[in-house]
Amino acid sequence: MKQTADVIVIGGGIVGCAAAYYLAKKKTDVIVLEASDSIGHGGSSRNGGGVRQSGRDPRELPYAMYGIEHLWPTLSEELGMDVEYCQGGNLRLALNDEHIEILKARTADATALGLDVTMVDAKEVKEICPHLSDKIVAASWCPTDGHANPMLTTLAYYRRAREMGVTFITGEPVVELRKIKGKIRQVVSKDGTIYEAENVIVAAGYEGREIARTVGIDIPMTRFFEECVVTEMQPKMFDIMLGVATAEVYGHQCAHGSFVFGSGTGMESANDRIGALQTSALGTPANCRAIMKYVPALGDAKIVRSWGGWMDITHDKVPVISTVDEVPGLILAIGFSGHGFGTGPVVGLMLSQMVLGEKTACDLSALRYNRFKSKV
Amino acid sequence: MNILSDRSKDLGPFVPQPDDDILICRCEEVTKGEIREAVHAGMFTIEEIRRYLRCGMGLCQGQTCGKLVKGIVARELGVANTDLEPATSRAPMRPTEMRVLGNDGGNE
Repeated sequence: MKQTADVIVIGGGIVGCAAAYYLAKKKTDVIVLEASDSIGHGGSSRNGGGVRQSGRDPRELPYAMYGIEHLWPTLSEELGMDVEYCQGGNLRLALNDEHIEILKARTADATALGLDVTMVDAKEVKEICPHLSDKIVAASWCPTDGHANPMLTTLAYYRRAREMGVTFITGEPVVELRKIKGKIRQVVSKDGTIYEAENVIVAAGYEGREIARTVGIDIPMTRFFEECVVTEMQPKMFDIMLGVATAEVYGHQCAHGSFVFGSGTGMESANDRIGALQTSALGTPANCRAIMKYVPALGDAKIVRSWGGWMDITHDKVPVISTVDEVPGLILAIGFSGHGFGTGPVVGLMLSQMVLGEKTACDLSALRYNRFKSKV
Repeated sequence: MNILSDRSKDLGPFVPQPDDDILICRCEEVTKGEIREAVHAGMFTIEEIRRYLRCGMGLCQGQTCGKLVKGIVARELGVANTDLEPATSRAPMRPTEMRVLGNDGGNE
């Protein structure tokens, strides 16, 4: 099996697969190592499918906007597979004055950075989506937001990159990085196989912390388990992405007709023992109640499935997308903090630009690995 | 690493078969030919096949077609059925209305 390439990508999620694709497009030789048996096993397939800009931290908003302007509209065509991208807009709902204040602050931040997002009143909410609860008093509305199918998007990047000659090895957990002559060089897997490259991208989610620690770089990250439910196929109701001011529930109707909604009990931090990605008996009922609170029309829709996934959350809740001064050739792309799917394509593109020494599509200096400062 | 780790494994060309039109997953209407083609597109695990084609993701959640899909994928990959992990089963056991599932009193 091939063990040497120009670039090794650790992590076969959307970020790793997208980076591999954009590198392959530039004739770069890539090996992708995925710890689990399946491509897209982690958060890449376990998320609400949001491709949104509204509600984002100002540090990630510019590249989220870049991706929606330049990559998402043509992605299905580019990858030769329908990723079910739908630019139906995003309503973030408010039930009271406190919620309105949260949304106003976010809207002001985003508007300052050039995003088309406005506050709308209850009547306008009903016009945009008549199926929502009468208790909604206002919302923020971003017409250029939307959603896509995360599983298909990740697999589409994988499929195309594989066709273009990228080597993918699954079931291959990485346990150690090694420097040679002061630069990154070797990637050691659990069974002792040594892979070699001049550039290594760590896009391994939470597990990326342990991997980076083997060359002395520690990113303050925790992980958090969140659950979603899926309904049976429903008649077409709406094509918007739905969120709420408190972020307690989010979801959309898929191209297939089923609804996918994420929510929780508020007790997820006590779910750390759920190692096998099982949902909890408390989570699904809470999720159903949260959905019915905002979309009462879905009360009779049947849940066919529940699932959950880990988020890799950095201390300041935005990712690290960065080269590393102490380890030339190493690039980190971890800590997407539960909102990495929608930016997966643009992050993959920018990682390829970083490897090739090109200017990145957007400035990433706010996402450096060394921005975390201790209080003393 | 395991028998399916190398995704560059040469499966040979995709050869159409006379029964490729047979519906394997009835809930989501996925045919044998589509499953075989998905394997050639690089989908080597049941998890990937499900995400790629939706087979086993409908009303019966794969209780009808799970074993058939596994057999087709294994044959296409040239491995034993036992080399493939089965699809993960997910709660609830049967499709259940939100207003019923949400009525467990968990917020009272």
